[in-house]
Amino acid sequence: MDIYLLEAVINGLLLGGVLALLALGLNLIFGVIDVVWIAYADLVMCGMYAVYWLHVAGWPLWAASLAAIAGVAVLGVLVHVLIIAPVLRAPPINQLLATGGLLFFLQSFTTLLFGTDFRNIGVRLPIIEMGDIFISFARLLAFGFALVGAVALYVFLKRTYLGVAIRAISQDREIMGLMGVDQRRIYLVTSLIGGALAGLGGCLLVLQYDVHPFLGNTFGPLIFMICVLGGLGNMIGGFVASFIISQIISIGGYYYSTEWAYVLAFTLFIVLMFIRPRGILAR
Amino acid sequence: MLSLAAVSAGYGSFRALFDVSLDVEAGEAVGVIGPNGAGKTTMMRVISGLVPMDAGAMTFDGRSLDGLSAHRIVERGIAHVPENRRLFPRLTVEDNLRIGAFIPQARAKIAERMAWVYDLFPRLKERREQLAGTLSGGEQQMCAIGRALMSGPKLLLMDEPSAGLAPLVVQQVFDLVRRIRAEGLTVLIVEQNVQQVLEVVDRAYLLEVGRIHLAGSSAELKNNDLIRRSYMGL
Amino acid sequence: MNPPRAINPLHVAGIAALACLIALPFVTPAYFLHIVIQILLWGFIYTAWSIMGRFGFVSLGHGAFMGVGAYVPALLWNYEGVTPWLGIPAGVALSVLLAVVIGYPCFRFRVIGHYFALVTLALSEVVLRTITAARDITGGSLGMTQKLAGHSWYALQFPDKRYFYGIALVVWLGGLLVWRWVDRGIEREALEAISEDEEAAASLGIDVMREKLRVTVVSAALTSVGGSLFGQYLAYLNPETVSGIAVSLQIVFAAIAGGMYALLGPTVGAFLTIALNEGLRVWFGTNFIGAANTIYGILLILFIIFMPRGIMGVIENLRMPRRAPAPAPAE
Ligand SMILES: Nc1ncnc2c1ncn2[C@@H]1O[C@H](COP(=O)(O)OP(=O)(O)O)[C@@H](O)[C@H]1O
Ligand SMILES: [Mg+2]
Repeated sequence: MDIYLLEAVINGLLLGGVLALLALGLNLIFGVIDVVWIAYADLVMCGMYAVYWLHVAGWPLWAASLAAIAGVAVLGVLVHVLIIAPVLRAPPINQLLATGGLLFFLQSFTTLLFGTDFRNIGVRLPIIEMGDIFISFARLLAFGFALVGAVALYVFLKRTYLGVAIRAISQDREIMGLMGVDQRRIYLVTSLIGGALAGLGGCLLVLQYDVHPFLGNTFGPLIFMICVLGGLGNMIGGFVASFIISQIISIGGYYYSTEWAYVLAFTLFIVLMFIRPRGILAR
Repeated sequence: MLSLAAVSAGYGSFRALFDVSLDVEAGEAVGVIGPNGAGKTTMMRVISGLVPMDAGAMTFDGRSLDGLSAHRIVERGIAHVPENRRLFPRLTVEDNLRIGAFIPQARAKIAERMAWVYDLFPRLKERREQLAGTLSGGEQQMCAIGRALMSGPKLLLMDEPSAGLAPLVVQQVFDLVRRIRAEGLTVLIVEQNVQQVLEVVDRAYLLEVGRIHLAGSSAELKNNDLIRRSYMGL
Repeated sequence: MNPPRAINPLHVAGIAALACLIALPFVTPAYFLHIVIQILLWGFIYTAWSIMGRFGFVSLGHGAFMGVGAYVPALLWNYEGVTPWLGIPAGVALSVLLAVVIGYPCFRFRVIGHYFALVTLALSEVVLRTITAARDITGGSLGMTQKLAGHSWYALQFPDKRYFYGIALVVWLGGLLVWRWVDRGIEREALEAISEDEEAAASLGIDVMREKLRVTVVSAALTSVGGSLFGQYLAYLNPETVSGIAVSLQIVFAAIAGGMYALLGPTVGAFLTIALNEGLRVWFGTNFIGAANTIYGILLILFIIFMPRGIMGVIENLRMPRRAPAPAPAE
């Protein structure tokens, strides 16, 4: 195997980690609340701006990141209360479109505030050399934190009372009322966690990419695709799909170009939707 | 204890219940029988707040239940074992039970209640780590009942607990009902298995096409010609 | 329905409005005409979208048809010198092909609701990324400029905006006619039956697949034409402005805001969004780019929450209160 290909594979793996984290957040929301937040990637973008501006204002990176995660988590709750809750009983497609309106809003509002410039946080992290392979430390860091985030979510869902309730509600929504559960509260908690994961994603991405208001348009569709491929609401499926898609993009990018790799990934997605409509890991 | 007065309800413009009145006294076991589609499940769902009431009134322990959402009704002390059990198939038996104790007053007593449920259903204790979806039909019914008991209810609603079970297991389920009564719970049970249910309840109502057609003690109903002909095949 | 040959005030109003539209280019400044052309072209595209959207097929893939419609004739013209008169039909053919390739399996495998939306979204991403990836010939994300030919019917290029105004007007009217044809035809009954209960419809002898494909193809073809005319009009193409998620969502929103169940609904949506955008832009000036769209985004959310049938839907309900509300876009 040649060394550049190996590098591409490793980079794909590292990218997959961050995508997996975001797919987990989106899937959690879908599984529990049964709505698709089409503006999820735009929440990530907000998180990136938050880190960027706080860091520029002199905050240390860790503090800026924590603040961004908290901020986007609150934003997630607001999204639920202001936009999702009123359309909870509307047809699913209206729910999707309501968050589509949010997409417009967030993109234009950030344009209004920050302009359309591409902004780089300017934190220079070292490049790690392993033999002949070069790996950016920022990516490694992002991958590490993404895994930490994913594991933390797993432990929360598996081990805590609230986590178990969240898994239960995604298996049978209606009956939860009979358990004495006020679904609205669970929805709020879920939106909070989904927002926090988007915020974390933002912190990790801002180290690698420039931020601009329309960033969500580039990788937003990618995240939905991953979620659908894994089976909407199926977290493990989404996790696996993240790494498949990121490898396609990374290896495809190595052989042809990233854009063609995207074409390939989306085409594959369409085909798989017809072959395995409930996701690659569907039972 | 529970009282329904002229309750009507339905789905959208479709009406499934017309002027249903029904009473359950503390310590009693009351049955509701009737053919498929009579509205039995709808009635249970109205009581536990899953289906809104269009007209009428409901009280429990002297307090009105009108307009309460499902989780508030559980807090008042009514637990519902739903039709088809509706366990959380990908949670373990123990997690299913735990979720049953979501309301604050129950959450404080999880360990104690869990011990009680395992005492009632030792089989569940053996299966505690197993996913609920992999249990046998009878075990699932135990788990569903156990889950409802976890909230510490005064009144237990059971919707066709014997449906879809093998004859031997049906017998066990009715034994369970007896044991639950012995624990001092009040029970309202919907069944199509008329002969068996009349053996465990004190009184019963006959519901047909959304209306109460007949009410009486078990002994009376067992000797009623209509019931014997239409529901017991005698 | 029709009262015995009295003068229908709606017809009079319609004819008067049309007369105004025809007279318009001779009395207004170019800037204003530019806006009206945009309203007509977008109105046409939104109408095309709603031909299928109103039956519950909420496509986020119409950016794909627009992109194909815009780029195919432009590429053929720039590289092969093929007249858009052939290039536009070529674009339509490709769009229809894509629509069938995606639509058939979607309908066959019952990909519906948000799955349908996401699959079609992927289609529009495929087209967007293909345009970007083939940057050697399309100019990629920098966009491409059409070779200019001055005033030419052969090249379908007119420096004088009034020509495009005429074309846009004709095409827009054509779009309305098609919409009406679908609305009046038995297709509509069939499709409404399908969107309410597919199996029941099939058991009535309705060829469900054929009806669905038919509206899909019509909708894709018209959208493609709309994309072509945009390209011809602007003589400059950029993948982000003719394809992708943003364009797809824009189409859906405007159609919904205006009301996709009424003939003029999508056009009202176009008028509203463009007038709003221009108005806000004038209001805020260029210092506040984004302000207009921020308000637009908020309005969209409010629309979806409070008026899912759109402005024309509300107006129709006021006019005909006895009519039961039609189903919102089916799941
Ligand atoms: N979710 C629902 N939506 C519409 N109609 C329903 C629904 N559930 C039940 N029904 C109708 O209400 C009537 C009573 O049903 P149900 O209460 O389930 O009867 P039972 O439990 O006695 O078999 C039936 O005609 C049934 O078709
Ligand atoms: Mg029933």
